[in-house]
Amino acid sequence: MLPELGHFALILALLLAGLQAFFGLAAPALGRDRWLAAVVPATAGQAVMVATAFACLVASFVRFDFSVAYVAQNSNSALPLVYRIAAVWGAHEGSLLLWIVLLACWTVAVAFGVARMPVRFGARVLGVLGLVSFGFLLFTLATSNPFLRLDPAAPDGRDLNPLLQDPGLAMHPPLLYTGYVGFSVAFAFAIAAMLEGRLDQAWARWTRPWTLAAWAFLTLGIALGSWWAYYELGWGGYWFWDPVENASFMPWLVGTALIHSLSVTDKRGLFKSWTLLLAIVAFSLSLLGTFLVRSGVLVSVHSFAADPARGVFILAFLVIMIGGALTLYAWRAPLLKSDAGFEFASRESFLLFNNILLVIAAATVFGGTLAPLISDSLGLGTLSVGPQYFNPTFLLPMLPLIALVAIGVHANWKRGRLQARKRPVVVAGLAGLAVSAALVFGYYAGRPGLALVSFALGAWLVLSSLVDPVDRLRRGLTLPRAIVGMTLAHVALGVFVIAITAVETYTAERDIALARGETAHVGGFDFRFEGIDAIEGPNYDGVHGVVQVLRDGQPVVTLHPEKRRYLVQQSVMTEAAIASQAGRDLFVALGDDLGAGRWSLRIQIRPLVNYVWIAAALMALGGLIAASDRRYRPSRVPAAEPVATGQGSAA
Amino acid sequence: MRRHAVLLALAGMCAGPAFAIDTTQLPNPALQARYEALTHELRCMQCQNQSIADSPVSLAADLRREVAEQLAAGRSDDDVREYMAARYGDFILFRPRMSARTAWLWSLPGLLLIGGAIVAWRIVRQRAALAANDPDFNGDELDR
Amino acid sequence: MTRYLLPLAAFALLAVVLGVGVRHSKDKGVVASPLIGRPAPQFTLPDLLVAGAPFDSRRMHGRWHALNVWGTWCVECRAEHEVLVAARQAGGLPIVGLNWRDDEAEARRWLAQLGNPYEAVPVDAEGRIAIDYGVYGAPETFLIDPAGVIVHKQIGPLTAEIWERDFLRRAARGKDGS
Repeated sequence: MLPELGHFALILALLLAGLQAFFGLAAPALGRDRWLAAVVPATAGQAVMVATAFACLVASFVRFDFSVAYVAQNSNSALPLVYRIAAVWGAHEGSLLLWIVLLACWTVAVAFGVARMPVRFGARVLGVLGLVSFGFLLFTLATSNPFLRLDPAAPDGRDLNPLLQDPGLAMHPPLLYTGYVGFSVAFAFAIAAMLEGRLDQAWARWTRPWTLAAWAFLTLGIALGSWWAYYELGWGGYWFWDPVENASFMPWLVGTALIHSLSVTDKRGLFKSWTLLLAIVAFSLSLLGTFLVRSGVLVSVHSFAADPARGVFILAFLVIMIGGALTLYAWRAPLLKSDAGFEFASRESFLLFNNILLVIAAATVFGGTLAPLISDSLGLGTLSVGPQYFNPTFLLPMLPLIALVAIGVHANWKRGRLQARKRPVVVAGLAGLAVSAALVFGYYAGRPGLALVSFALGAWLVLSSLVDPVDRLRRGLTLPRAIVGMTLAHVALGVFVIAITAVETYTAERDIALARGETAHVGGFDFRFEGIDAIEGPNYDGVHGVVQVLRDGQPVVTLHPEKRRYLVQQSVMTEAAIASQAGRDLFVALGDDLGAGRWSLRIQIRPLVNYVWIAAALMALGGLIAASDRRYRPSRVPAAEPVATGQGSAA
Repeated sequence: MRRHAVLLALAGMCAGPAFAIDTTQLPNPALQARYEALTHELRCMQCQNQSIADSPVSLAADLRREVAEQLAAGRSDDDVREYMAARYGDFILFRPRMSARTAWLWSLPGLLLIGGAIVAWRIVRQRAALAANDPDFNGDELDR
Repeated sequence: MTRYLLPLAAFALLAVVLGVGVRHSKDKGVVASPLIGRPAPQFTLPDLLVAGAPFDSRRMHGRWHALNVWGTWCVECRAEHEVLVAARQAGGLPIVGLNWRDDEAEARRWLAQLGNPYEAVPVDAEGRIAIDYGVYGAPETFLIDPAGVIVHKQIGPLTAEIWERDFLRRAARGKDGS
């Protein structure tokens, strides 16, 4: 009965989402204030129904209900409990449901948040979120219902894709989707503001914490996905510029621009229409990502089984949501003029440069990702766009951006009096250059060039970001959380740049065939192959290699790279063995039995690679700390406040 | 339907995260470096998301052997790319070749930067003029 | 204020591109060959069934024929094989079977058991000729005209219908034309 209950709950959720959208949008537009009271109950009901449906699917997995087609395809009687739960979002249908659940979570949080805002505005925000939810629920029920039964039930399941049987990947979709979906809040705030015909600095202040939180989750989600690829895919890469990775990276770049542009709108009431556009685009790119992953229009490692019917549905949804939002934008944005000024070297200028460079970076990734499609639809033939395009073109806007952040954090609002701050900026710059030179010519000893520049930029950013907060602390001032978060994120960005530079420039790598007792010398370490043992897991068997790592003859660590054969799907998986040291990862993956006791091994020494993810996590933490700043908590509006303050409501 | 079946079969061959460990050694480090760079920029046509350097399928091994032999025989990187594209189409090249058909893609970042610089310049000039003409500009202070 | 319409216009363009993408998405993975309309690569390879007499592709000059790339490890090839055997019995177009990266004994057994639709079976043990033809997954079948030019390429297994439509009729049209 559980699957039927879940299915039924989904249908009810669809109806309630429809009511939520209708009341939320129609009540303020038609001036029917009595309808406003229905918005929150519809929202709550929708959330409860969505949670019920999700619980039913989880229960079907936990209880091995192989009469449910989706469970039979993605689980197995030997699958451990934690992966049976993670299997819920292991394929298209369930991950779509997860999307909807997370949207419901955001919606509930927003419902509490907007309780402190003008009631019509809050109703419109919830109405827009209801519309998004309605679209996704309809999509699920029409093309991707996870509750369909098999008759007769399958005797056993076909197992979860072994790639996904990993703690990192179990957590990756929830975090990533929390970020993706979170941008729907900024989107809803933007649409609501346009419908109200009113966008002031208070609006920006309300929107900021939601956007920061969504951005932080997206950052974590992307970082976790990259970390997983590094240790689970087994070939040592952590970012492939694959279309699906790009699909999550584009909203991140635009979202980063948005949180900065919001600060200008908040503090100065400037960049209003631009901020609106970014809010629309960030969420549109999230939707586009969903489309790219699930429609099969691009060739990708991560994509779900392609189904053109799904593609058509999401495309129609995209056209309605984004087309509608941009039409509203074209109509309303021209009204949002501001004639406030700022001087050349003011903080506004630097945030403008930040926004332009981030959008250029996003547009470059966008162009490269969609190039095969664009080329195809213009009749220019098929082509591929890989890392060899993205790496150099992405650096083009990014390197100047890092430099501008290092300077821009010292700029004042309105007035361009950077002269007074020249000393710390220059000192930090020189110190950064010294650090860089020490790393390139001293520690790593070799390959100057781009590494020299980007180490220096990274170190400059770290030091420059710290100058002002340290100065304030010394003077006994307390730091607001917004400043703490910002500083942490900027320092983390600097660390990130340094780590990426180190790992991209100084990774030592060798693919080699070794017989038992033979040694490979890679990057100052000796890797001695000691042979192969058999291993056995709950739903797999296989072998692991024993590799003794030595430095200067002294044993450092023994690594056991595995090769597993998952019994149900008969697929072979490599589990690389990684020893993390403070300054590097020692990475060994086991290849093939070459006969006569020889095995092929991939050995890598990746300097600072862990700091890539640590930095990303710190950036996310910075975002969350900033989001919790007291300034962003709206004081309660008096219940009797007149809502439509004379501005034309969008009737 | 049948075509779908084929593609699934093709995909099936690459199922699982198998990857190739390529122990090919070319006679000198310079050639080896070129070999590694080249095999990473050729797409495996069977497992379409891997380069032939990483793909475990036999076709990728054949193509790696071809690259190694051609480099050892003194062919240039462009000769190898040309050889591959002539047989498999431009789809096999992860680095799109400069041509009239890809000019838009390769000029995109540059054009965006130029456009962005112009936009930034115009906005800043306009706002600075507003600031200069605003008698109240120095009236209020904003905290940083 | 036309500049506020720019995002909408850009999105409209994007929607068109995505629409085309969705329409083509079922063909994803099938890559058009650049060899269509070009001379078929020439080769000489040992023949699986005739010891000591290598197969020279020039032998087929002056005749419309098909080159079918197959291997016993290829699951799809088994279903296709019946179509090929029927095609040979019906006559019309000679078929050369390029045996790709295969075990020779297995291949001989396969042909003995399932019937031999091929006029010749060149053995491409190292996969070099397959690369020259831009083969990326068996089965693939090329239609080659009397001048030795590749006219058409089928990726994936042939069916009786595809054979009739894309191979026999094209060849017949070509014969009428010449």
